[in-house]
Amino acid sequence: MTAEVRAIKTPAELALAEAYTAAKPKLPGDGKVIALREAAFRRFDAQGLPNRRVEEWKYTDLRALMREAKPIAGLPDAAAKARAKSAGSLIGDIDVRRIVFVDGAFVPELSDLKNLSPGLTIGSMAQALASGDPLVAAHLGKVAAADDSAVALNTALMRDGAVIRVAAGSTVELPIHLVFVAAAEQSASMFTRSLVVIEKGARAMLVESHEGATAAEHQVNTALELVVGDDAYVDHIKITSGKSPVVHVSSLMVTIGARARFNDFSYTTGNAVVRNQLFLQFDGAGALAGIRGASLLNGRQHADVTLVADHKAGGCQSREVFKAVLDGQSRSVFQGKIIVRPKAQKTDARMLSNALLLSDEAETDTKPELEIFADDVQCGHGATSGALDDGLKFYLMARGIPESEAESLLVQAFVGEAVEGIEHAGLRDALMVNVAEWLKARAG
Amino acid sequence: MPLLEIKNLHVSVEGRQILNGLDLTVNKGEVHAIMGPNGSGKSTLAHVMAGKPGYEATQGQILLDGEEVLTTQPDERAAKGLFLAFQYPMEIPGVATITFLRTAMNAQRKKRGQPEFTVPEFQKRLNEVAGKLEIDREMLRRGVNVGFSGGEKKRNEILQMALLEPKLCVLDETDSGLDIDALKIVSEGVNRLRSPERAMVVITHYQRLLSHIVPDVVHVLSRGRIVRTGGKELALELEAKGYAQYQDEAALAS
Repeated sequence: MTAEVRAIKTPAELALAEAYTAAKPKLPGDGKVIALREAAFRRFDAQGLPNRRVEEWKYTDLRALMREAKPIAGLPDAAAKARAKSAGSLIGDIDVRRIVFVDGAFVPELSDLKNLSPGLTIGSMAQALASGDPLVAAHLGKVAAADDSAVALNTALMRDGAVIRVAAGSTVELPIHLVFVAAAEQSASMFTRSLVVIEKGARAMLVESHEGATAAEHQVNTALELVVGDDAYVDHIKITSGKSPVVHVSSLMVTIGARARFNDFSYTTGNAVVRNQLFLQFDGAGALAGIRGASLLNGRQHADVTLVADHKAGGCQSREVFKAVLDGQSRSVFQGKIIVRPKAQKTDARMLSNALLLSDEAETDTKPELEIFADDVQCGHGATSGALDDGLKFYLMARGIPESEAESLLVQAFVGEAVEGIEHAGLRDALMVNVAEWLKARAG
Repeated sequence: MPLLEIKNLHVSVEGRQILNGLDLTVNKGEVHAIMGPNGSGKSTLAHVMAGKPGYEATQGQILLDGEEVLTTQPDERAAKGLFLAFQYPMEIPGVATITFLRTAMNAQRKKRGQPEFTVPEFQKRLNEVAGKLEIDREMLRRGVNVGFSGGEKKRNEILQMALLEPKLCVLDETDSGLDIDALKIVSEGVNRLRSPERAMVVITHYQRLLSHIVPDVVHVLSRGRIVRTGGKELALELEAKGYAQYQDEAALAS
């Protein structure tokens, strides 16, 4: 093998290396956690920031998008916490258990940890790392582990996040709402890492909200490892919103057990740059997964969904539906890869991505991939991109509906096809309300 | 003043001249049939009246209640009381028929300065009209025309027409794709809307629709012009003799 030739490190990469060295002694965890961080940092250091030479990051070149690395955020002050209070309001008035993180740190006084239903435990990652929590020791860095330098950087620098366990057979009625707010006045970088383990036959719904509360150019690197046990039933909705010029990199790593049901939705309207990467691993036979998402972008926003669905066990069904609505000079990226391993016979996987371009200057890049090593499977993918249908618009206008309202109806219908996959009616409605507001803001 | 006055209308589509100086005057309370061979410009007339993009009027006027409509948007024409029943109604997945109908109705009322209907008010009117057209509630909850048969789509057009209560109804080949039973339901729906305050322009290739919706005046359209006008008996004559005497090169154009 030839020695790897690496480009000269960018200022951002040098700053991250310095930040790591400086932060190391203060980051939570000892022994095994330190070793995990070290190994991860070495992986990051060897690969550098994800860039266009890495196929998976071809359309979202973080090396170019992150000219500099912002200093690691300090613990939030009272002003930052105050700014975080209204965060996560996009979900409307649905009943949830709210757990708040400000500038990457758990804030107990803004969180509701009272009256946890039987079988539910919630804690902070910082504490779990510091105390050597066995759940974290058993799973951290092992759930659908991906060789990805953004994930490696997160592992090296992770400070806090949620650690949630739902014991076997328990049903958690109240959705858990993890609210992550970047509220520091000065631009900073934040590394949150969460672990959620839903054990055999358990049921829970998890909503993540990510938003910026100031005009600062924060850099967020967040990761969630999610274990969906055999026969478990899990809904996960991630919302990235707000007008802050944040660069947001998110990694979701999920293992799905036998006969489990997993329903995932990523809703993106905010930030300057959003990368949602999803690594799904079907570990047990007969699971059912719906992986959906919608992005509504304008200005110069950039949103990337990169999905790998790895079917290791047979008889699983996965449905992927992603919609992007693009205005202004925005850009959306969808990369979806379905892998069907030799043993994963009777896999039924269908992937669909549609982009709706409302402006001549918007851009969408789509790359579906199928890697099938089993011979008795049903796999398919479809991708479209285009403008609103003039014929449909005329039909609506011929009935008296003004042009902007006709366009809004058609966009809502387009996004609705993905949103209807969310089971929680209240959340579905809240997202559609947000879609309507986005359209209203666009119409001016 | 006539409700509709079309004067010397010339229309081209993608650079091709389709209408060549069409004149048509329709008064309140009248039903006019426009018949003609394929390619004579029947659908072009319907589309240009409703304001479909790509249909360019190079000369002439279309006056509705004395006001020029050619310079207005399709939604403004609709609010002024013009309704086109489409030959091929569009399918709009994701927009429930009921949402579509309420949005359209209230948009028109708003533009006319009338109060918008509340949900119960709207629902009541919808139930009345839908019942008569044998359209069930389940259909109204579905996406607009999604999964509808040809006949159901046409019934849905008439439903919209009945709810929106236009002054001028333009029916473009409403009989195409209908079996006898559907034709009867649709025609009865149209006939219920005949009134001294309303006019209709019924565009059709065949006479059979006109034995259900009996016109006051029949026009023959050929090569983009009205070439003959008569009473309802003209439709029967056309049925017996065909369009050959009017057609000439029109057959080539089709």
